Amino acid sequence: MEKNVVHKYLRKNKKFPHIWCPGCGHGVIMSSMLRAIDKQGLDRDDVAVVSGIGCSSRTPTYVDFNTIHTTHGRALAFATGLKLAKPDMTVIVVMGDGDAVGIGGNHFIHAARRNMDLKVIVYNNNIYGMTGGQASPTTPSGKKATTARYGNIERSFDICELAKATGAVYVARSTSYHVQALEKYIHRSLSKKGFTVVEAMTHCPTTYGRLNKIKEPVAGMIYQKDHFIMKAAWDKLPEEKREGKFPMGEFVDIEKTDFVSKYLRLIEANKE
Amino acid sequence: MSVELPKLGGKFIQMEDEIGSMASIIGASIGGLKSMTATSGPGISLMQENIGYAVITETPCLIVNVQRGGPSTGLPTMPSQGDILQARWGTHGDHPIITIYPHTVPEIFEETIRSVELSEKYRIPVILLLDEVIGHMREKIDIEKVDKNKSFKRKTPDVPNEWFFPYERNSSGVPAFADFGEGYRYHITGLVHDVDGFPTSKPDQIDAFMKRMFRKIDDNLDDILDWEEYELEDSEYMILAAGCVARSAKQAIRTLRDEHGIKIGLLRPKTIWPFISSVLIDKAQDKKKIFVPEMNMGQLLLPTQRFASSICDILPFNKINGEAIYPHELVSFIRRNI
Ligand SMILES: Cc1ncc(C[n+]2csc(CCOP(=O)(O)OP(=O)(O)O)c2C)c(N)n1
Ligand code: SF4
Repeated sequence: MEKNVVHKYLRKNKKFPHIWCPGCGHGVIMSSMLRAIDKQGLDRDDVAVVSGIGCSSRTPTYVDFNTIHTTHGRALAFATGLKLAKPDMTVIVVMGDGDAVGIGGNHFIHAARRNMDLKVIVYNNNIYGMTGGQASPTTPSGKKATTARYGNIERSFDICELAKATGAVYVARSTSYHVQALEKYIHRSLSKKGFTVVEAMTHCPTTYGRLNKIKEPVAGMIYQKDHFIMKAAWDKLPEEKREGKFPMGEFVDIEKTDFVSKYLRLIEANKE
Repeated sequence: MSVELPKLGGKFIQMEDEIGSMASIIGASIGGLKSMTATSGPGISLMQENIGYAVITETPCLIVNVQRGGPSTGLPTMPSQGDILQARWGTHGDHPIITIYPHTVPEIFEETIRSVELSEKYRIPVILLLDEVIGHMREKIDIEKVDKNKSFKRKTPDVPNEWFFPYERNSSGVPAFADFGEGYRYHITGLVHDVDGFPTSKPDQIDAFMKRMFRKIDDNLDDILDWEEYELEDSEYMILAAGCVARSAKQAIRTLRDEHGIKIGLLRPKTIWPFISSVLIDKAQDKKKIFVPEMNMGQLLLPTQRFASSICDILPFNKINGEAIYPHELVSFIRRNI
């Protein structure tokens, strides 16, 4: 039974095959999300999945909830309005890295600062996948993109650090290789109230992979296995051994009153 | 609104920018609330992408644009009518839109209510276009005249979930709107979509969707269009003007009629988009000339020429120095040109 839990939440009537390339990591994240939702026992009618634009943002098309595919970078702002209208709805926001912290960076920091009760999942493939591999704000320095053919000379964003600094109540990172951890973190985020961010590193064989010599999907997963290490182990690593490695795990888990709860109190106090 | 809304259980939020404001009111509308935002100048440019999103997803919402002068930061906050065409064509792609242009404070009050109704009824964003002159003006409004129990409700579906097509092609052209959370789990996207709400690239489905989007407006012009006729009955000349310019025009008409014996009247579109083309064609028939004064270089002039240039002479009067058009300027311009 466990094996088919994902099928329960896929739109049966429609839209398969999906648009993702063979071997893309996005599907792994989507199914982790569905298992986490199932575990949380949410009623499908009370869940909204909102996305921006990009390969990752096609997720809502396939899942049987209240779904909105919005404009590039603006998913959090749409979700903010929806959450104000429907305070009891669980609003999950899925975005690509470019969507979340490139074009949508301003909405990201402000939704976090406000502590909007939105469950963010960033599919981070380190590149603009859908449009053919332009550098994104998370393309690591030195790595290649179609707009950084000689290696990226910019510094890259650490989405978890950004989320932490701007006030998210829960921040975690996993990868499309570390599926159980990913599911666990998404589940944890669903059970929390407030702005939560799960960064899901995903491999993109077609653009990032091809440009950076991790072309095969399996190579992409092995890369994740070798380069992402649990926070506790990372903390103990000497500086020189951290080169090329990245921490994963739960970085923030705190309690803070969210915006909508405060607003509902404000209404209560000022009602005529 | 930040003061009044919480008292009534309404929600107010100050977003980080106008892109976010526009996005959040669409999100709120999808959640079933009547929603609006307001801006001026650069803010309306930032809203345009998501206004297009509201058009294609057919999500009701109201956008108030109090126009200011000039491109970019321009003239904060001096008057201009520079956004008349942007209100029509500001977002990319071919699309219908409704824009309402009141000319007094009480009319803003009435037309705001009408705009929300039109938006909900036809599932389309409505732009309430204002002049700075009126936006910063204080005039009396008669709240008692408003029927507080009359509240327009959007049409929502009453069929079982499995029968629901969020973008169905029915005879009215306007599909019922299922608010999120009501049990109809469906998909909303800014991609062109078929009746089921899912993206399509099939020409016949695209064609049917796009044409319905236009048809729901074109078939209901009787309900959507509104205009005022002032002293038009016996007039030989006509002014076509909107917003605060129409107020100056009315005063100019008084002077021209009472002091100079010139038979002149005013045609004032209240609904500015779609344009009142058939009304204009009708009214232009017996006119010697139409004057089109506006605080831009000829934006209302374009549709006026399109529909009436074969009927009579059309003369623009344009002022773009950050001042309103005064009645005496119109009086002397018209006297010189008849
Ligand atoms: C305002 C705007 N600019 C550009 C685009 C084109 N565009 C579509 S998808 C995309 C990149 C998406 O990259 P990311 O968010 O990282 O998601 P991925 O496709 O990698 O999953 C861009 C730039 C757009 N749709 N809208
Ligand atoms: S381009 Fe990359 S991210 Fe997009 S579907 Fe293909 S593999 Fe996945």
